[in-house]
Amino acid sequence: MNLLTLTLCLPLVGAICIGLFPLKGREAYWAALTASILMLLCTLRIAWIFQDALPEGDSLFRLVEFYPWFPDLNLSYKVGIDGISLTLLILTSIVTVAAVGVSAHVEESPRTFFAGLLLISAGAFGAFISLDLMLLYIFHELALIPTFLLIGFWGSSTYRERVATKLTIYLTAGSLLLLIGLLAFYFLLPPNIRTFDMEALRLSLSAPNAPTGLILRSHELWVYPLILFGFGILISLFPFHTWAPQGYANAPTAVAMLHAGVLKKFGLYGIIRVSQVFLPFGAMSYWMDVLAVLLLCNIIYVGYVAMAEKDMNYMLGFSSVSHMGYIFLGIISHTLIGISGAIFLMFAHGLTASLGFAISGYVYRKTGTRDMTQLGGLAKSMPFMAVLFGMVAFASAGLPGFGNFAAEILIFFGAWDKHRVVTIIALWGVVISSVYMLRAFRNVFLGDLKPTQDPASVITMSYIERLPYLLLISVLVIIGFCPSLLLNLIKPGVEQWFVLIGK
Amino acid sequence: MNAAWLLLALPLFSFVVIALFTRRMGTLSSLISTLTSIILAVVAVLLFVDRIPAPDAAIKWIDFGMLTISIKLLVDPLSKLMLLVVTGVGCLIHIYSLGYMKEDASKGRYFACLSLFMFSMIGIVLAENFLMMFIFWELVGVSSFLLIGHWFERPAAADASKKAFITNKIGDFGFLVGILLAWTYFDTLSFPGMQQTLPNSIGESGTFIAMCLLLFCGTIGKSAMFPLHVWLPDAMEGPTPVSALIHAATMVAAGVYMLCRIWFLLEISPTSLSIIAWIGGGTALMAALIATQQNDIKRILAYSTLSQLGYMVMSVGLSAPGPAMYHLTTHAFFKALLFLGAGSVIYALHHEQNIWKMGGLFGKMKITAITFLIGTLALIGCPGLSGFFSKDEIILAASHHSGHLHALYYIALGTAFLTAFYMVRLFTVAFINPAASRKHDSHGDDIHESPAVMTMPLILLAIPSILVWVAGIPAYLKLGHAPEHHGNMVMILSTLMFAGGSLVGYFLYIGKKADPISIPLFQHKFYFDEFYGVLIKYVQQNVAMVFHFFDRFVLDGLFVTGSGLATNFMGRVLSWFQTGNVQTYVVWLALGILAIFWFMIQ
Repeated sequence: MNLLTLTLCLPLVGAICIGLFPLKGREAYWAALTASILMLLCTLRIAWIFQDALPEGDSLFRLVEFYPWFPDLNLSYKVGIDGISLTLLILTSIVTVAAVGVSAHVEESPRTFFAGLLLISAGAFGAFISLDLMLLYIFHELALIPTFLLIGFWGSSTYRERVATKLTIYLTAGSLLLLIGLLAFYFLLPPNIRTFDMEALRLSLSAPNAPTGLILRSHELWVYPLILFGFGILISLFPFHTWAPQGYANAPTAVAMLHAGVLKKFGLYGIIRVSQVFLPFGAMSYWMDVLAVLLLCNIIYVGYVAMAEKDMNYMLGFSSVSHMGYIFLGIISHTLIGISGAIFLMFAHGLTASLGFAISGYVYRKTGTRDMTQLGGLAKSMPFMAVLFGMVAFASAGLPGFGNFAAEILIFFGAWDKHRVVTIIALWGVVISSVYMLRAFRNVFLGDLKPTQDPASVITMSYIERLPYLLLISVLVIIGFCPSLLLNLIKPGVEQWFVLIGK
Repeated sequence: MNAAWLLLALPLFSFVVIALFTRRMGTLSSLISTLTSIILAVVAVLLFVDRIPAPDAAIKWIDFGMLTISIKLLVDPLSKLMLLVVTGVGCLIHIYSLGYMKEDASKGRYFACLSLFMFSMIGIVLAENFLMMFIFWELVGVSSFLLIGHWFERPAAADASKKAFITNKIGDFGFLVGILLAWTYFDTLSFPGMQQTLPNSIGESGTFIAMCLLLFCGTIGKSAMFPLHVWLPDAMEGPTPVSALIHAATMVAAGVYMLCRIWFLLEISPTSLSIIAWIGGGTALMAALIATQQNDIKRILAYSTLSQLGYMVMSVGLSAPGPAMYHLTTHAFFKALLFLGAGSVIYALHHEQNIWKMGGLFGKMKITAITFLIGTLALIGCPGLSGFFSKDEIILAASHHSGHLHALYYIALGTAFLTAFYMVRLFTVAFINPAASRKHDSHGDDIHESPAVMTMPLILLAIPSILVWVAGIPAYLKLGHAPEHHGNMVMILSTLMFAGGSLVGYFLYIGKKADPISIPLFQHKFYFDEFYGVLIKYVQQNVAMVFHFFDRFVLDGLFVTGSGLATNFMGRVLSWFQTGNVQTYVVWLALGILAIFWFMIQ
C-alpha cells in the first residue's frame, strides 16, 4: 500500500469511525477535521516526494499501484499520479479541510453529516488518482451518493428534498450517458488494445507506428459527444447547467463548497484525461465548434443571468457555472499554454468558488437572509468577511494577485491563435463578472446598514474560526503571486499526456 | 540586487505590513507609509541622476517559451521622468495626508491603500512589457477602487468606486484584445523587443489600425477619455489627497504615459493617430464646457483634469508625444497643488465643497489662497508659469497640421479660453468674493489656515508649478520629432485666450452671490450619466432579466422539470395497463386484436 492509497483511506476510515463510534456534540466535527488535516498533510507529503518519485520504466505516472480486480472484465485497481492529478489532489485536500472547518455549527445528527462530507472528499480524491476508466467512474458515483443525502437532509431551504432529487436524477442521467459512452468506446477498441487502463491506452497512442486514433474516425464522431456531454452535464455545461445554482443554493455550505470547488472539476478532469486525448479526431471535429458556442453561452448568457439574480447563493452558483466556460476555452485551445491555463483555473476557481459559498453561508447564518436587496453595510459588522468577499470578487473579476488572473491570461493567450472571435467574446465575460461581483459586494457589504439589521454590533470571530477561510484565500494569493509553483507541476503533465497539441 | 528594485519592493512591503499587522495602529501605519514614500522619492532622484545603474535582471513570472511574462524594469528617459513625477507628488501627498486624514478612524487602511497605489503605479511606469504593464494597470484600478470607496458607508462613495472600477474594466477589455493582437504581430510583448522587430517598411494594415485603437481603449478607460469619462468626476467622492494623487496627477495620466511608451507603434498609423487626436480634443472641449457650470470645487477641478488629459491625448494624436509628456509633468504639479489647496479649504470649512458657500477666503487662508492662485495661473497658461509653456507646445503642434486636424488648433485655443474662464470664476467666487453666504453658518468665524503639515506640501508644489519649464523636458525625452520653434503667432494667440478668459471670468463673477449664467446642458454634463443610466437600467438589466427568465422558466422549467413531469406522466399512462385486474387485461387484449385486424385489412 503506497502513500496514495493510504491517503485515500484516511477520509474513508475517518467516515467509518465517525459512523461507528458514538461521538457526542462536537466530537464528530473534531474527528472529521483531524481526518481531513491528516489527508492534507499526506497530500503535501505526496507533493514533496513527487519530484523524486520518478516513474518506473516508460510509465507516465508516479507512485503507481496496481491490483487486478475483475480480471475477466479487465477491471483493476490502478492508481498513480502525474502533475495534473497532483494539482487536483492538493485542491481536494485544501477544500476538504476548509469545508469541514467552517461546519462547526452543524448540530443536527453531526455524525452522519461529517461522515458524508468525508465520503464526498474520498470519492473525489479516488477519482483523481484512478488510472482505470471504470475506477474513475465508480469513485465519482461514490461521491454523488452522500452529496444527495447531505442536500436532502441538511439543505438550507424547504425545497431541499425536491432539489436533491432533481440534482441526483440530473447528474445520474449525465453519468449514465457517460457510462454508455465509455462502454461504447471500450467495445469499439481493437481487441489487442482493449482495456480500461488509461495509461496503456495513452501509450498505445504514442507507440512507434501507432495509429492516429484508437477507434475508427467515424465512430469517434458519435462516441465523442456521448462522453463530452456525459462529463459536460457534471460540469454544468450550457444548456445542462440549471441543476447547479439550485443545488448550490439549497445545499449546506460545506457541500456547496466541496461540490463547486472539487467535485465539479471531476468532469473537466475526465474531459482532459479521456475525450480530448483518446478521441482526438472527435475533439478536433465540428464538435469543437459546438463546444465553442456552448462555452460562450456559459460565459456570456449565464453571466447575464447571474447579474439579474438577487439571492447571493444563486448568484455565486451562476458565477461558478459561468466560469466553467473559460476552462472549456482553455481545453479546446489544444495548446500547451491554454490547457495548462485551464487546469490552473480549475485549481484557482475551486478555491474561489468554495470561499464564496463559505462567506455566503456565514452571512446567511448571521443575518438570516441571502437576499442581496435586504442586506447592506455589513462591512461594519463583519469586517473580516467584507475583506474576504472583496478579495473573492476581485479574484472572480480576474484581478492580478489572485490565481484566477494568471490562469485566465494563459487561457486567453493559448486560445487566441485558433479561436480569435471566441476569445474576444469570452473576454467580455470578465467585464460581466466584475459587474455582478462588485454589485454584490457593494450591496451586501458597503453603503449603509439596512434598518432591518442589528446595527453596529460587530460580530467577532476567533482566530480559530477564521483559519479555514484564511487557508483558502492565502493559497489563492500565493499561487497568484507565484503561479510557477503550480505551473511547474501542470506543464510537464500536460506536455506528457497530450499527444497532439501545439505549443 | 539593484537598488531600483526597492521602488517596487518597498511600497509592497509597506502595504503588506500595514494590512497584516499595523492597520489598527493608525499613526504607526501612516508613518510607515510616509517614510516609504520619502525613500521612494530619494531612490527615484538617484535613478534620475544616474547614480543607480539601470537594472537588467528579470523575474520570470510565467515561462512558456512562446509566452514569457517577466517582471523587468525598463529605465529610460521617459520612465525616469514619470517616476520622478509619481514619487515626487506621491511623497508630498503622503505628508499632506498626515494632516488631512489625522482624525480618520480608518487611517491604517487609507495608508495601506496609498502604498498599494504607489506599488502599482511605479510598476506601470517601469514596465518593460505589455503584460507587466497590464498587471499593474489592473492593480492601480483596485487601489483606486479602494481609495474612492474609503468612506464606504456613504452610498455615493460606494457607488462611485464601483462605477470607476467597472468603467475601467470596459477599457481594459479593449486593451487586452490589443495586447493579444500585438502578441501575434510581434511574437513578443517586450517594448524594446517589439521596437527591434518592427520591420522598417511597415505600412498600416487594417489589423494594425485595430491593434493601435484597441490599445488606445486602455487610455480611454484609465485616462477617462470620451466616452468612458463618466467615472472621473464621481471619483471625487474619495478623500481629497487621493483625488490629487490618483485622479489628477498620476494614475489618470498613466493612459497618456502608455501612449508615449508605445509611440513607436502609433507613429506608423496616421489613421489611428487622427482618431486619437479627435477623441482627445473632443474630450478637452467637452469637459471645459461642463466645468464652466459646476459648483462643487472638486468637480470643477475634476472636469478641468479631464480637459487637460484631453489636451495630452490630443497632443499624442498630433504626433507630439514630447509635449504631451511635458504637459503631463507640469499638470501633475499644478493640478495636485490645486486639489490640495481645495482640500485645505474643504478641511477648514468642515467639508463644505460648494464654491457659492465659500468666499472671502483670501484674507483668512493666506498660504492656501496664494498657492491656489499660483496653481490657477499655471493651469490657465499665464505667461512665465510652467503651464503656459507646456500648453503652448501642444497648441503649436496643432497649428502645424493641415486638413481636418487643423480644426483641433481652434478647439485647443477655445479650450484655453474656457479654462481661463472657469478657473478664474472658481477663484473669484471662492476666494475673492465676500463671505456673505456663510453668515448663517454655525462655524462661520473660526476659519483659519490649515496646519503646516498641509501647507508645506502646497508651497513645495507651487515651486515646480512655476519653474518646471526651466528643465527643458521635451529635449530630454527625445520623443518624436522636436517641434520647430516658430510659434510667435501661437504664443500671442494663447496669451490672448488666457487674458480674455480671465477678464471675462473675473468681471462676470466678481461680487456675485449666485451664478448669472445657467446652461442646463453643461450643468447636466451633456446628460451622459442619464444616458448611461438608461442604458444600464433598460438594456443591460433587461437582457439580464430576460436571460434569467429564460433560464428559470424555459430551460429549467420547461425542459428539465418538464421532462421530469413527462416521465411521470408516462408512468401514469403506463400504469393504466398494469392494474392487476383481469377484466382490464381482457379489454386491452380485445382492443389489440381489433387493431391488428384493422391493420391487416388496410
